[in-house]
Amino acid sequence: MLRELKGDLAAGASAEERVASLFEKIKKSKLNAYNILSEDSALKRAREFDKAPWGGLMAGVPIAIKSSISTRGIETNCSSRILSGYVPPYDAHVIDQLKEEGAIIIGKTNMDEFAMGTSTETSYFGPTRNPWDTDRVPGGSSGGSAAAVAAGEAPCALGSDTGGSIRCPASFCGIVGLKPTYGLVSRYGLVSYANSLEQIGPLTANVEDAALVMEVIAGHDPQDSTSVNSDGGYISGLGDGVEGLVCGVPKEYFGEGVDPLVEKAVWDAISKLVELGASWKEVSLPHTKYALAAYYIIAMSEASSNLARFDGLRYGLRLGTDQDWHTTFSEIRAAGFGSEVKRRILLGTYALSAGYYGRYYLKALKVRTLIKQDFERVLAAGGADILVTPTMPFPAFKIGERIEDPLSLYMADVFTVPINLAGVPAISVPCGFAGGLPIGLQIIGRHFDEIGVLRTAKAYEDATPYHEAVPKEVV
Amino acid sequence: MAEKDVIIGLEVHVQLNKLNSKLFCGCSTDYHDSPPNTHTCPVCLGLPGTLPVVNKRAVEYAIRVALALNCDIQGETLFYRKNYYYPDLPKAFQITQYDFPLGLGGHILIKGEDGEEKTIRITRVHMEEDPGRLVHAGTIDRAKYSMVDYNRCGMPLLEVVTEPDLRSPKEARSFLDKLRNILEYLDVFDGNLEGAMRIDSNISLVGGERAEVKNISSHKGVEKALAYEITRQRSARRRGVAQVQETRHYDELRSITVSIRTKEEAHDYRYFPEPDLVPMRIADWVPRVEAELPELPDAKRERFVAEYGIADDHAKSLTSEIRVANFYEDVAKRAPPRLAAVWIADVLKGELNYRDVTIDKFSPDHMVEILGMLEKRTITEKGAVEVIRIILDTGGDPSEVVEAGGLAKAEDDAVKEAVFAAVAECSQAVADYRSGNEKAINFIVGMVMKKTRGRADPGEANRLVKEALEEI
Ligand SMILES: [Zn+2]
Repeated sequence: MLRELKGDLAAGASAEERVASLFEKIKKSKLNAYNILSEDSALKRAREFDKAPWGGLMAGVPIAIKSSISTRGIETNCSSRILSGYVPPYDAHVIDQLKEEGAIIIGKTNMDEFAMGTSTETSYFGPTRNPWDTDRVPGGSSGGSAAAVAAGEAPCALGSDTGGSIRCPASFCGIVGLKPTYGLVSRYGLVSYANSLEQIGPLTANVEDAALVMEVIAGHDPQDSTSVNSDGGYISGLGDGVEGLVCGVPKEYFGEGVDPLVEKAVWDAISKLVELGASWKEVSLPHTKYALAAYYIIAMSEASSNLARFDGLRYGLRLGTDQDWHTTFSEIRAAGFGSEVKRRILLGTYALSAGYYGRYYLKALKVRTLIKQDFERVLAAGGADILVTPTMPFPAFKIGERIEDPLSLYMADVFTVPINLAGVPAISVPCGFAGGLPIGLQIIGRHFDEIGVLRTAKAYEDATPYHEAVPKEVV
Repeated sequence: MAEKDVIIGLEVHVQLNKLNSKLFCGCSTDYHDSPPNTHTCPVCLGLPGTLPVVNKRAVEYAIRVALALNCDIQGETLFYRKNYYYPDLPKAFQITQYDFPLGLGGHILIKGEDGEEKTIRITRVHMEEDPGRLVHAGTIDRAKYSMVDYNRCGMPLLEVVTEPDLRSPKEARSFLDKLRNILEYLDVFDGNLEGAMRIDSNISLVGGERAEVKNISSHKGVEKALAYEITRQRSARRRGVAQVQETRHYDELRSITVSIRTKEEAHDYRYFPEPDLVPMRIADWVPRVEAELPELPDAKRERFVAEYGIADDHAKSLTSEIRVANFYEDVAKRAPPRLAAVWIADVLKGELNYRDVTIDKFSPDHMVEILGMLEKRTITEKGAVEVIRIILDTGGDPSEVVEAGGLAKAEDDAVKEAVFAAVAECSQAVADYRSGNEKAINFIVGMVMKKTRGRADPGEANRLVKEALEEI
C-alpha cells in the first residue's frame, strides 16, 4: 500500500489532494479514531512537498500517531482529561525519524486513557468504534490507530504496545501490527505507562508497510539508555520465505477460553505455513499461567510512579480552584484521571508499598525472568525458529460488554502480555474471520529477530487473501 | 565536650557543582546567578515521555569521592526511584540509589574531641538528583503563594552517610570540615556556592530514640543544631519525657529545632529500580579513576613535612584547604620554605580568618616579595604584618605599601643617632646600668624603638646601646 502511494506521489500525484481526502473522510467518520487533527500543518507540508518533493523512505506519506507519542506543537493528551491541552515542546525520537524520512503527520489517534485498556473504551474522549462492526470495540489500547488504518483514514500509524496494545487492535481490526523487541525502538517521547515493557511499533495495512516503518524508526537513540542499534534489513529480508522454518506451537495458547473459530483459523494458518515449506512442532511455555498476574503487578507498579507527575502544576488540567499544593494536586488528579487509571495507580501503589514490595513486585520480576527463560528455551538453536499463536482468544467484543468487569478485560491479554514480559518481538497478521470479524495470527520471534518474524508474516500474507479484505461500511 | 552518651551520624548531600551538565540531561550546572527556570529542558522538567540519560562524568566524580573516602566501589550499581509528592519534584519521584549504591564501607580520619586522630566510618556513598527550589512570596508561614525554580532540578548530588561514630557537635563540625577539604582537593566541588552542601544529622542519647535534624546548609549550623538537640534531649530525659523517633527542622534564625513529623507519619517512598536506566558495571572504571586521583590532604601533609622540612602543625594547617596548600607550594618554590610556612600558617591565615576572606584575596607573588624583605632584613616582622594587613584592607603591592607607610627598617645611621640621643637623655638608666643593673638597658632600648617608631630591629638596637654604654 505504501509502495503504491509512494509510487503515485513520485509519478506526480498531489500529496495535498491525498491528505485533504483523508481529512474529508476522517471528518465524516463515525469511528472516533482521532483525538486531534493537525490539518493545517499537514496540508501545509503536503503543499510544500508538491512544490518541491523531497526524498526519504516515507516521502510524502501521511501517518497517524497514537496520542501517547509526543509531537512538537501538536496536542499529546493520552486520551486523558488530565493532559487535555498539553502541547509538547519537543518531538519523540520516532517523530524526528519520521520527519527526517519525509512523512506527514496528520493527527493523534484515540486510545485507552494512558494506554490502560484493551478496548479503547477508557478514553476520556469516548470509545473508538470497530470499522468491521461499529457496535464493537477496535481493541486497545492503540484502537484509534488500528481503526484509522483499517478504515482507510490513515495509510499507516504508530502505536505503542505495553501488553498487547498494538497487536490486539491490529487483530480486532484486521490489519498488521508489530511490537518490536524491547530496546529496538527509542521510547524517548512516548508517555510512559510501564517503561520496562513497552515499545512503539507500526500499525499498517500489510507486512511490507510494517517493515518500511521499522526501517525508519528502529535503532539506537542516545536519549534512551535502553535502546540498541539496528542493522535494518527489514524490507530486504521480506522475500526469503519459510522453507525449512520450524514453527513452535505453544500448547498453553490453545484450549480453554479460546473461541473455537479463532483456534481453527490459527491451525489453518499453521497448515498454510507447512504448505509453504515450514514444519511445526508443539512446544511448552510452562509459566504462561503466571504471566497475567506478573504483568499487571509490574505494569501497575511502574504506572503508579510514572503517572504521579501529572498534578496540573506545570501543564495539563487546572481546575481554577487552587488551594495549598497538597489539596490542589489531589483535586486535579481526582478530576483528571478516569476510573481505570485510578484503579491501576492504587493497585500499583499498594504493590510497591513497604512490606508488600517483596511479596508482589519482586515476585513478579522473578516470574518475568522465568517467562523470558521459557521463550529463550523453546526458541534456542535446534528448537523452534518462531512461535505461532492466536493474538487474541476471541474476536472484537461489543462496546460496553466487558468494561464493567475489569478482570475479564485483563484476561483478554493472556496471549499478548507474555511477549512483553519476555521482551521478544511479535506481529499480528489477519488470518480469517469469525462472524464477519477479523482474527489475528500472532508470530513471535527471538530477541531482535524482527526479520524472521516479518518474513514469516510476509510469506503467509502472500499466500492468503485476508489482508485484502476491507470493512464494508467504509468502502 | 565529648560526652559518652551522645551518638551522632550524618547524611551529607554534596552538589558535584564542578560538572558542566546536570545528572540526567544536558542542562548547564552554572545556574547560580541566572533568572529562575532558565536552566531547564524537557528532561529535567520531567515532561511526559522524557527519559534520563546518566552523565558519565558525574559517575566518575562520584567514584573519585568514594575512593577518597576509602569506600569499596561496587561491581555494579543502579538507580532507584524514590516516590513522593512535592512541587519542587517535577516527576514526583527522585532518581537516587538504594540497594547497590556506588560505594560502601569507607572511613576518614578527623581530629577527635580529645585532640587525637579518630576514624569515622562511612556507611555508603551514593548518587542522586537534586530537586528544584521553592521561592516563597515573603516568609514561608505568611506567603500567599510560592513559586518553583527548577534551575537546580537534576543537579548531580552525592549523599555521604556516616556510621554513628561522632560523639559531639564539634566532632561533627570537624568531620564536615574534613569532608569539604577532601571534596575540594578532588576538584569536584566548590563549597562557596549556595546550597553546595546540605546536611541531615541523626542524634540520640544512649538508650533513647533518635531525632533527625534535616537540611542544614552550614557547618556552623550543624554544630549549633546538635548542641541545641543535646540540651533538649537531656532536659526531656530529666523530666521523664521519652524521645520519640522524629524528624526535626532547624530554625537558623532562632537557633532551635522544631519537630516536623514522627516515625508514624514517615513517608513510604516505594523505592523500586528505575526502569529507564540500565545497571552500570563500574568496577571496570575504577583503575582509571584511581590513577587520576589527586594527592589527598593527609598525604600532602606528610609530603610537606618531608619535602620542605616544616613542622607537622604547620603542614596540617597549610593542607587543611587545597587553595592554601597550593598557595604555600607556589611560595615555597621561590622563598625559604620554613619561613614561608610560618608566615602563611601563623600570620596570613589568621589575618584572612579575621576578615572572613579566602586566600584568593592575597597574591603569592606578594608573599614572596614580603618574605624576601624579611630575609634581607629591610623590614621588621612587625612591619611585615602591617604590610599584609594593609594589602588585605586597601590593596596595593608590598614595595608601594612599605614606601607609603614608612615601614622600611630604619637606616643604621638613624638608629645610631637614636641610640646616642637615648643614652644622653636617660642618664638615670645609664647610671643604673653602670652600677650593675643590666635590666636598665631595656628602658634605653625602648626609647630607641620609640624614637625610630618601631623601625629599628630590637636585637640590633640592644647591641648598639650596649656598645654605646661601653664607649662612654
Ligand atoms: Zn535539563
